[in-house]
Amino acid sequence: MTTLTLQDVSYCYPGGKLVLEGISAEVLKPEVIAIVGPNGAGKSTLLDLIAGQKTPMSGTVQIAGHATTALQRDELCRLVAHVPQHVPPDVPFTVEEVVLTGRIPYGRGLYENDEDRAAMELALRRTKLESFRDRRFSSLSGGEKQRVLTAAALCQQSQVLLLDEPSAHLDPENEAQLWELFQDLRDSGHLIFVVTHHLALAAQNSDRIWLLDRGKLVADAPPCDALRPDRLQEVFHVPFHWNESAEGRVFLTYGR
Amino acid sequence: MAADLQSRARWVLSLSILAAFTAAVVCPFLGGLGLDYAKLWRHESPDWNIFINLRLPRTFLALLTGAALSGAGALFQALMRNALATPSSLGIEAAAALGAVTAISLFSGDETGFPLVWFAALTGAVIVVALVATIGHIGRFPTFTILLTGIALNSICTAFILLLHSLAGITKSFQITHWLMGGIDAVEYPVLLMLAAAILPICIWMLRLARVLNVISYGETWAIGRGVDCQRITWQGFAAGALLVGTTTAVTGPIAFVGLIVPHLMRRIVGPDYRLLMPASIFGGAAFLVICDTISRTVLAPIEFPVGVTTALLGGPFFVWLLWSR
Repeated sequence: MTTLTLQDVSYCYPGGKLVLEGISAEVLKPEVIAIVGPNGAGKSTLLDLIAGQKTPMSGTVQIAGHATTALQRDELCRLVAHVPQHVPPDVPFTVEEVVLTGRIPYGRGLYENDEDRAAMELALRRTKLESFRDRRFSSLSGGEKQRVLTAAALCQQSQVLLLDEPSAHLDPENEAQLWELFQDLRDSGHLIFVVTHHLALAAQNSDRIWLLDRGKLVADAPPCDALRPDRLQEVFHVPFHWNESAEGRVFLTYGR
Repeated sequence: MAADLQSRARWVLSLSILAAFTAAVVCPFLGGLGLDYAKLWRHESPDWNIFINLRLPRTFLALLTGAALSGAGALFQALMRNALATPSSLGIEAAAALGAVTAISLFSGDETGFPLVWFAALTGAVIVVALVATIGHIGRFPTFTILLTGIALNSICTAFILLLHSLAGITKSFQITHWLMGGIDAVEYPVLLMLAAAILPICIWMLRLARVLNVISYGETWAIGRGVDCQRITWQGFAAGALLVGTTTAVTGPIAFVGLIVPHLMRRIVGPDYRLLMPASIFGGAAFLVICDTISRTVLAPIEFPVGVTTALLGGPFFVWLLWSR
């Protein structure tokens, strides 16, 4: 089973601004982990460090027992698939071609093989994108593009998925489907990290919350504990309330 | 889909090789002076000499130069993720020209043969490519800024060329002017062999890199996340581009717009996939320059004008059209 360990990880940008400081955490079983925090808290940087896009200034990131810095890029990408916040919207390729980029870590031959195509079909099916396969990526809506990028990450068949604000452009139906997909993937053995600003959805759908504030991990706990109103108010500087609906559903609201 | 792509790639490769081959076979027989085919068949002079020592090496030079400039254009456009990136817009051609003009200015006529001018042009190209790549890497600037930097370097190199030109005596000045006009002249076969030895391996490397170039066009973050070592590929690509442009510019002088026109034309025909686009650009560029050279030496025959004039006259309007249609 794939595990992930962060050991006293710090990172500062060239120029000296400390973005992450002394982050330590361990994930030993498949989980959906939502990474939340205010703007500039270091959420995307943390994903970049796990993905090997950036190198920690100090500390280590270990995936399946290997330090990410000791792995070749394609070895690392067979373990971790990263969907960044921004991809150029005018990529001139079809949905199939975008999804197949997930197979690059498995071989640099000029053409994809049967195994690559099988992985692509599975990814398209899981993200319900079969009917989009021949559409141009640039012609899709923001939400559809996000699903295609998620499909590409699935096609990579990595056990760790890192998604940076994947539901930013999605309508409620697609957003709910995406979180369901994350839970399905968790059930099939994946570790899913989702950076999100949707605290309520994160609370409903994730197993654990990593709450970041000014580069520090201030909570690593199940949602009901990590998202305590007093803690959230301290981090976000607005009051939060847990409420209960008439049907007994618990939800989070905020604002004065 | 992959089978379909492979079959399309085979077609594109076959057709573009056919285009280059046809141009290479037909164009040497065209020219201001009609060849007597009977004499040619019997290897009799002057027709045999004109064919073997003038037109054939000239055609081979156009093939190699067209392939190199067009392939370099496609490569830079992929690495920079910008449709306007070319050896000219990045300042590489002007830097190679500055190197060559410096060599012509500083050394006597006997010394300014192929090896010296070749070395000087290559040095100029490599310095500017290293500068552009370093600026891009250290500053992590967007490609638009890097392109503008290339345009500024282009102007600086052009200014130095003008300075050297104005300081040169009449003989040197004529030599520099002739060289700067850019032309496909008959060269000796050993020079062609050296050029081929420098260009062909790089072209093969670029063809093999096509799938990775596709991923790079999604942006660096996406490419790195798919296991591509973008930094290494970018440095290798810039070095390869500098070699292609520096090597050919040293022999032909600057030839504008080939690196822009052909990849864009091919992109319109075969699409954005570099597995199709790269072979189409390389062989299409080869055919294009052979045709342009034939136009240059036949349209106003017996007067010949430099091939740079033909490519610029075709490329200028194309460039404007490209800007308007974006």
